[in-house]
Amino acid sequence: MPDIHTSAEDEHESAYSGLLVNDAHWAFGTDFEDPLAGVDTTIPDGVDAATLATYALMLGDDSLVMSHRIGEWTSNAPDLEDDIALSNIALDLLGQARLLLARAAKADDAVVPTLPEGSPAPPEDALAYFREAPDFRNVRLAELVNGDFAEATVRVLLFSVWRLAVFERLRESRDHVLSAVAAKGVKELAYHRDYAARWFVTLAQGTDESRRRLITAYDALWPLWPELFDTHPVEAAAAEAGVGVDPATVREAAETVLDQVLAAADVERSEAPRRSGVLGRTGRDGMHGEPLSRMLAEMQSVARAHPRGQW
Amino acid sequence: MRLMSRTTERARRVAERVTDPELPMLSLADLGVLRDVDVVGDSHVVVDITPTYSGCPAMAAMRDDLVHELTSAGFDRVEVRVSLHPAWTTDWITPAGRAALAAAGISPPGPAPSTSGPIPLSLLPTARQVRCPQCGSPATELVSEFGSTACKAQYRCTECLEPFDHVKEI
Repeated sequence: MPDIHTSAEDEHESAYSGLLVNDAHWAFGTDFEDPLAGVDTTIPDGVDAATLATYALMLGDDSLVMSHRIGEWTSNAPDLEDDIALSNIALDLLGQARLLLARAAKADDAVVPTLPEGSPAPPEDALAYFREAPDFRNVRLAELVNGDFAEATVRVLLFSVWRLAVFERLRESRDHVLSAVAAKGVKELAYHRDYAARWFVTLAQGTDESRRRLITAYDALWPLWPELFDTHPVEAAAAEAGVGVDPATVREAAETVLDQVLAAADVERSEAPRRSGVLGRTGRDGMHGEPLSRMLAEMQSVARAHPRGQW
Repeated sequence: MRLMSRTTERARRVAERVTDPELPMLSLADLGVLRDVDVVGDSHVVVDITPTYSGCPAMAAMRDDLVHELTSAGFDRVEVRVSLHPAWTTDWITPAGRAALAAAGISPPGPAPSTSGPIPLSLLPTARQVRCPQCGSPATELVSEFGSTACKAQYRCTECLEPFDHVKEI
């Protein structure tokens, strides 16, 4: 590799040499570097490592799974601007997922699956690509199969209203990584929420058909809203230790915001009953529907077929 | 006060040369991504950067470019560390950076909105006072919240009719 660029040819070559700064590149990751390189990942005093790791996984899985679903809209949205908007929302969530999964792995490597010897996959990718559906801790709202654009609008609205309310409080986390992810995430989620809220109002106030579709989507997704505010024992322990947020405590704040959107859209609060878990278990417990297994099969199959893949 | 050694100064100058892959008229220093450059021992450089957006695909390129430039300048070991807190804001773009953006026909960002406390819902399109970077007219209209990259919005000048990008406040 030349040290000094002397010709146009060398300049051209530098695009590749730039990529080859490191020795081995895991073939399927989003990046080549540890997203937490140099970040203080010391576990705060009195915090149980497994609790912190599992809590970070929950938040990370929410964003990873939701990112994947929203990402499926890329090249399929009704127009170019919304295509880019949805792709950007997916990208923000993927960025959050990387940091959160990496944080989980740094807190307690027992959560990271063991890979075949010689695999260069970093821990965040081991977590994304080599876990089975029951190991995922995401809320079920994130994993549903995509519907029409109204469905995407309602799903992004419900997800981001809830997550923004959680992140506004998570900024106070004693864990430096979680507080930083939240401080950054708040800016991103506020945009996602406002984007979805404007479309919610637009579709509700549009044609009879757009209103019908919006309300159908809202009634279909509403049963999964209460699950977002259930307190899992890990969330309770993380909140108790000052690193996490008990979602039950932000329900009122989230519903106040949601009611503003409903009022502007002239849509009544849905009365559809909550979707129950299976023997009381829901997404946070690893209880998922078939859509997540199918999604993971597609997302993970290439990485699993080539666990040592490098380029 | 710690005096900056000549080696550190040189490393800083090299690091400051590295530009944003998407906004090549902006150095990482002008963008506010480059937070600190330090030299440990003889030729081990430690660079601190703050990501712009959580999933910004340009970050990997910036990191690799920093390593490449500093290695080419003779530094044996280059360590790029991520500094997550405080979060990056467009307020960190320097006056020189803003001038470079405007000179390239890109409208620089206004002051970033406050993000402390609960963030109020906004149901109206973001209202910004954007001047046309070509003719300076304040008569501009939003075409799309997304321009050539996700961090820019596309506007149109209703005076000179030129379309242009505006770096969104965050």
